[in-house]
Amino acid sequence: MTDLSVDLGFLKFKNPVLAASGTFGYGLEFIPFIDLEKLGGIVVKGLYFSPREGNPPPRLAESPSGLINAIGLQGVGVQKFVQEILPRLKKIKTAVIVNVCGESEEEYAQVMDFLSQEQGIFGFELNISCPNVKKNGLCPALSPESTYAVVKLAKSSSRLPVITKLSPNVTDIVEIALAAQEAGSDGISLVNTFLAMAIDVEKGRPTLANIFGGLSGPAIKPIALRMVFQVASAVKIPVIGIGGIFSGNDALEFLMAGAKAVEVGTANLIEPEATIKIIQEIEGYCQRKGIEKIEGIIGTARTSTSR
Amino acid sequence: MVKDSRALIVRKQTWDNYFLFTIESSEIAQEAQPGQFIMVRVSENYHPLLRRPFSIHSRYKNLLEIFFQVSGLGTALLAKKKQSDRLDILGPLGKGFHLDNNLKDKSSLLVGGGRGIAPLYFLAQELQSLGTKTKILYGGKSLVDLPLREKFENDGLDVAYSTDDGSFGFKGLVSSLFEKELYRFAPASIFACGPEAMMKKIALIVESEKIPAQLSLESQMGCGFGACWGCVKKIKRGNQESWTKICEEGPVFLSGEVVWPEEEK
Repeated sequence: MTDLSVDLGFLKFKNPVLAASGTFGYGLEFIPFIDLEKLGGIVVKGLYFSPREGNPPPRLAESPSGLINAIGLQGVGVQKFVQEILPRLKKIKTAVIVNVCGESEEEYAQVMDFLSQEQGIFGFELNISCPNVKKNGLCPALSPESTYAVVKLAKSSSRLPVITKLSPNVTDIVEIALAAQEAGSDGISLVNTFLAMAIDVEKGRPTLANIFGGLSGPAIKPIALRMVFQVASAVKIPVIGIGGIFSGNDALEFLMAGAKAVEVGTANLIEPEATIKIIQEIEGYCQRKGIEKIEGIIGTARTSTSR
Repeated sequence: MVKDSRALIVRKQTWDNYFLFTIESSEIAQEAQPGQFIMVRVSENYHPLLRRPFSIHSRYKNLLEIFFQVSGLGTALLAKKKQSDRLDILGPLGKGFHLDNNLKDKSSLLVGGGRGIAPLYFLAQELQSLGTKTKILYGGKSLVDLPLREKFENDGLDVAYSTDDGSFGFKGLVSSLFEKELYRFAPASIFACGPEAMMKKIALIVESEKIPAQLSLESQMGCGFGACWGCVKKIKRGNQESWTKICEEGPVFLSGEVVWPEEEK
């Protein structure tokens, strides 16, 4: 049996496969399909302090191997999450990470303050990068300075580990990752979706009501992988890889690029059992290759090329 | 709610652009309620990426049926499947029509526009077994858009037809036929599924009549089971209007709950 556990220092996962925020609801939606305890962890849907309405529909557009979404972070807010959802999540033996959103730096702090008082949350993933939120200048992931500021404040508000989730919609993602590390982020996850659009030619206007949305799915995997490779080569803190992971092979690529764990996103919508299948495929690979500890393969593609 | 990746197409019927698949999937068929739907994987690869939602058209023991019209890439791929092919489906999903014993000995009017007829056949079967007097109004653009006519007649269902061009039955929109039949038939309950303009008109008519109508809404869906929040429509409950997941809270809503979008210019 391969030891699939991965140790990020601040958090240990039973295996490197987590469900990504925004594609896994609050986790409970998947109970009819899979045993959530088999997952390394669950990153629940982004939470603002208050409930949030999100964007008008249409919210979805498809492209070959891709999905463009503009949900706009509709969600229940922290109070309802703590009252109705967390008590049920807590009973499930897996690492629950809350994706944290904010309209302002203060709101990030408010959300983490509030949730830090609760049992059953293992850490926060700071969503500084959702491209759907229309507020001039407030996508902190776009500059190293604003990333530094929001991560710094988050760290001072949180008793729990903080993972900063990066946007790929930047000129130099390494620079942003370094700023997050400098500000004290415990880990980094990347990438969020790529800013994209589709046009309905029959109607002669953008398909999404929000005009722009975020592209996810197999279409973005090679670009996400390149970014993970670059960031993992540059930072000292643990990296979690995200972007179009649909198979065990995809997940292994991210691990070899230097990610200590991966998050599976869009695949969950199409195959609710995707995470479980990916864990099995990773296990099968390790057995075939005689790998005793999954941690042994992390970053191996990097060390063999960039030395 | 289960996934069946080996659901078997046991029969395929085709009329022009409309298709009726009979699918063997015992667990999903046995659990299914009228108004619920399934999500079907239409492609083995990633184009299109998402599953497609289909109302459950009927259920008989281990079999269920879906009735659909080719309207895009996903349905075009599905239409190419053949008898004895396997389908990968999730279901049954959503909250279906609300049926209770009060419907016994009363009458129900079911209004289907185009492919919106799909869930009403299953509903009619259930209503009849509850002892409800059931009448279906089935409308389409033209006679070719009423492919289930023969099936309904063979079953001895009470059906009135409408076509926009007058090629069969009442000439005009099915919502106009509905307005006429509403006064003649005096139903205790109303169920409808069809294009938004039709549903909106029915909602308007029943509002003044104070007869509740249950409407099955159609929406583009990312997952079908509440995870992505992609399928929302504006629903009013109490005094609160919010973007509500059609897949999880619906697809069936009361006519008074639906907040209709502004007409497209």
